[in-house]
Amino acid sequence: MSTTLLALESTTIRFGGLTAVNAVDFQMAPGELCGLIGPNGAGKTTLFNLITGIYQPTEGRVSFLGQDLRGVRPHRIAHRGIARTFQNIRLFGRLSVLDNVRVAANVHRCGSPLQTLVRLGGFFREEDAITRRAEELLELFHLSRFRNTPAGSLPYGEQRRLEIVRALATRPKLLLLDEPAAGMTASEKTELIQLIQRVRREFDLTILLVEHSMRVVMGVCERIAVLDYGVKIAEGTPEQIQKDPKVIEAYLGEDHATNLAHH
Amino acid sequence: MRRYLPQLGLIFGIVVAAIVTRYSDAIDPYVLDIATGAGINVILAVSLNLVNGHTGQFSLGHAGFMAVGAYVSGACSLFLGPRLLGDDPTALSQGLFFLGALTVGGLGAGLAGLLVGVPSLRLRGDYLALVTLGFGEIIRVIIQNMDVVGGALGLNGIPPYTTIFWVLGCVALTIYVVTSLVRSTYGRGFIATHDDEVAAASVGLDTTRYKIVAFVVGAFFAGIAGGLYGHFKLTVLPTGFDFTKSIEIVVMVILGGMGNTLGVVLAAILLTLLPELLRPIAEYRMVLYALLLIALMLLRPQGLLNIRVSKKRRT
Amino acid sequence: MVEFLQQVINGVSLGAIYALLALGYTMVYGVLRFINFAHCDVFMIGAFAGMYIGRHVPEETVWGGLTVLAGAMLICAVLGIVIERLAYRPLRSGPTLNVLITAIGVSLFLEYGAQDEHVFGQRPQAFPQIFPNTSFQLGDVRLSSNQLIVIVVTVILLVGLRLFVMRTRLGTAMRALSFNPKAAQLVGVNNNVVISATFGLGSALAGAGGILYAMNYPSIEPFMGVMPGLKAFVAAVLGGIGNIPGAALGGLLLGVVETFVNGSDYSTYKDAIAFAILILILLFRPAGLLGRSTVEKV
Repeated sequence: MSTTLLALESTTIRFGGLTAVNAVDFQMAPGELCGLIGPNGAGKTTLFNLITGIYQPTEGRVSFLGQDLRGVRPHRIAHRGIARTFQNIRLFGRLSVLDNVRVAANVHRCGSPLQTLVRLGGFFREEDAITRRAEELLELFHLSRFRNTPAGSLPYGEQRRLEIVRALATRPKLLLLDEPAAGMTASEKTELIQLIQRVRREFDLTILLVEHSMRVVMGVCERIAVLDYGVKIAEGTPEQIQKDPKVIEAYLGEDHATNLAHH
Repeated sequence: MRRYLPQLGLIFGIVVAAIVTRYSDAIDPYVLDIATGAGINVILAVSLNLVNGHTGQFSLGHAGFMAVGAYVSGACSLFLGPRLLGDDPTALSQGLFFLGALTVGGLGAGLAGLLVGVPSLRLRGDYLALVTLGFGEIIRVIIQNMDVVGGALGLNGIPPYTTIFWVLGCVALTIYVVTSLVRSTYGRGFIATHDDEVAAASVGLDTTRYKIVAFVVGAFFAGIAGGLYGHFKLTVLPTGFDFTKSIEIVVMVILGGMGNTLGVVLAAILLTLLPELLRPIAEYRMVLYALLLIALMLLRPQGLLNIRVSKKRRT
Repeated sequence: MVEFLQQVINGVSLGAIYALLALGYTMVYGVLRFINFAHCDVFMIGAFAGMYIGRHVPEETVWGGLTVLAGAMLICAVLGIVIERLAYRPLRSGPTLNVLITAIGVSLFLEYGAQDEHVFGQRPQAFPQIFPNTSFQLGDVRLSSNQLIVIVVTVILLVGLRLFVMRTRLGTAMRALSFNPKAAQLVGVNNNVVISATFGLGSALAGAGGILYAMNYPSIEPFMGVMPGLKAFVAAVLGGIGNIPGAALGGLLLGVVETFVNGSDYSTYKDAIAFAILILILLFRPAGLLGRSTVEKV
């Protein structure tokens, strides 16, 4: 753990009178798989939005690979290597599944837009390479048979998977997953756990996960941070978090300690 | 060789233009006039389609860009033409000059597109429509107050450089540019910007730049259409480029199915022919237009001519 | 100084009309998040309705004038409700773009339909003098009775609207709808009724605006609503779209600014001023003077 990939230092954001995220400190080293949990409204998605540049911190700092992200616009942050999925799926509904993945490859496209007009060999070579890689990704995640379907008409589980695939197409160093297990059945959650572990392994990624499903979080994360009303109230391994009285109180009140692990 | 379709299409288009021109003496001039009008409308509709249909920016001021193109190129021909061409220009030098005038008109319109596009960036739907409408009107008012180009009386005596060759050639070029742009990995970004801007930014797309590019390219070709129009009608009036004209182009885009190039082309041709066919009731043209709009939205909002080109792998 | 005051009075009188029109835009936007492009044509219909009613009452009487005003407002209210019911309601659940386009269609239909020789015809027609016509001298400044009536009627309507929106159940329902349609339904608000009422009210105000406008600019024709409508919309945005006092403020400001521009050397640009203001507002303060900005939840 010699280098820090992501660092939040006293990160705070206020919206008018509401402090949504309050002096949060958090760090991630390359290759880690961490979770961010907390009751509804705790500020988890807001934290994601801070990392991805949709919001600017009122105080404190967000840095990635040692560089401060203040003032960096969301699309530039994607270029730096941070990708994300969304709580409410945001696919490009009218584009095909294949195109959803292809369009994310623009981050690494070398040619200039003018090349689309003067279509020489180099243009076709790059387009083919992009399409091939997109097809490979779809194949890897069992989405190939949908490749020409408009993304908006996919079944729910496939849409969630596609969002992850699309994020991977930007070849990120850090992947933020916002409630990827929402609306999933128990067996789908098991598949998701395996998917996340596989993704981390095969793509050499660092992953930060926001989840409500304790089964997924405890099953997959090495380290967990807990937010409540914008404040980080605990951080540690899954076992430590499960036993932490502050966490239990925040979620379920004092008498439900044992229920946490069986969500 | 489906991937080479756009380029083959362009070459095909120019060849057709050349052939038609070669035999243009044998064609009824009335038909040629209609074809010219239809071609100009196709350019307008396809260029607007890039802004409205693909990128999802609801622009109601397209006629303003057409006006800029018409006036700039017309002014070039009137004021610069005689000096550059002399008394008896060859067909080649006249053709080159016209190409230059058209391009300058298009660039002027493109610049106007930049001026309109940049402020409009953060506006959605209805606000954007109003602002673009406002810009269209401002352009018209400014032109109306510029006496050097005729003011309210219009610009007269524009030389008749527009031939069916130029029209068909520009149609082919416009369709080529817009389709090539959109049918590429880069171009998927226009549609992504339309579908979900936040998600588009999250995968590294500069949505601001896409919107500006759409506006500028759309405006450029509207300017070309304006230039062709000016050198066809030989007189242009500021009132000919008002809100009504913008609406006519919008109707073509909607009728064709926003974002569907083939549909939009057909719609433009249809809506050029329709007033001619309905000459007896020409005074009801706008009322019918209005009813068409309402009926379309109520009954078939995806457009009448929404022929989906087969979704095989495209490049 | 005298000229300045005169221009102010002229501006306030014009601004009052813009305010009335702007209210219709802002109310509909507040409730439906949609710009009713056809609103300015209801304004035009109001003027024509007034002209026809005016032919059946004696000219230059107070009660005659009030009859014309009330009649036109009623006709416009009905028209607005009918338009909403037929053309907008079926599309309420779809994308807003579709309703926008339909609104444009309705607007064009009314304008070109009115132009038809069997309806109103293209040539401008004369609006009768419906109220007694005098003028008042306040020092060197002249105030015509028509201008005074415009200001008085507008103030009465504004106050009436404010009371309605704040004190009545229907008005409160309108405000509830503008904040959160689903929640409003859950507490028993019949959205359809409230929306119809909103359109009816807004259109009645447009009708009043049409009459007042025609009183001061007595040449009416089918396209008379286009420019005032666009300007009134700018006024609504200036004040903060969705905000009722804002619409009144915006209308007033716009009327005064336009009148001053008209009296200056740049008078030919007076129409462009409204658009310039629109663009400036949307660039620098999109929420308008009195509006509040909403943040999109990601």
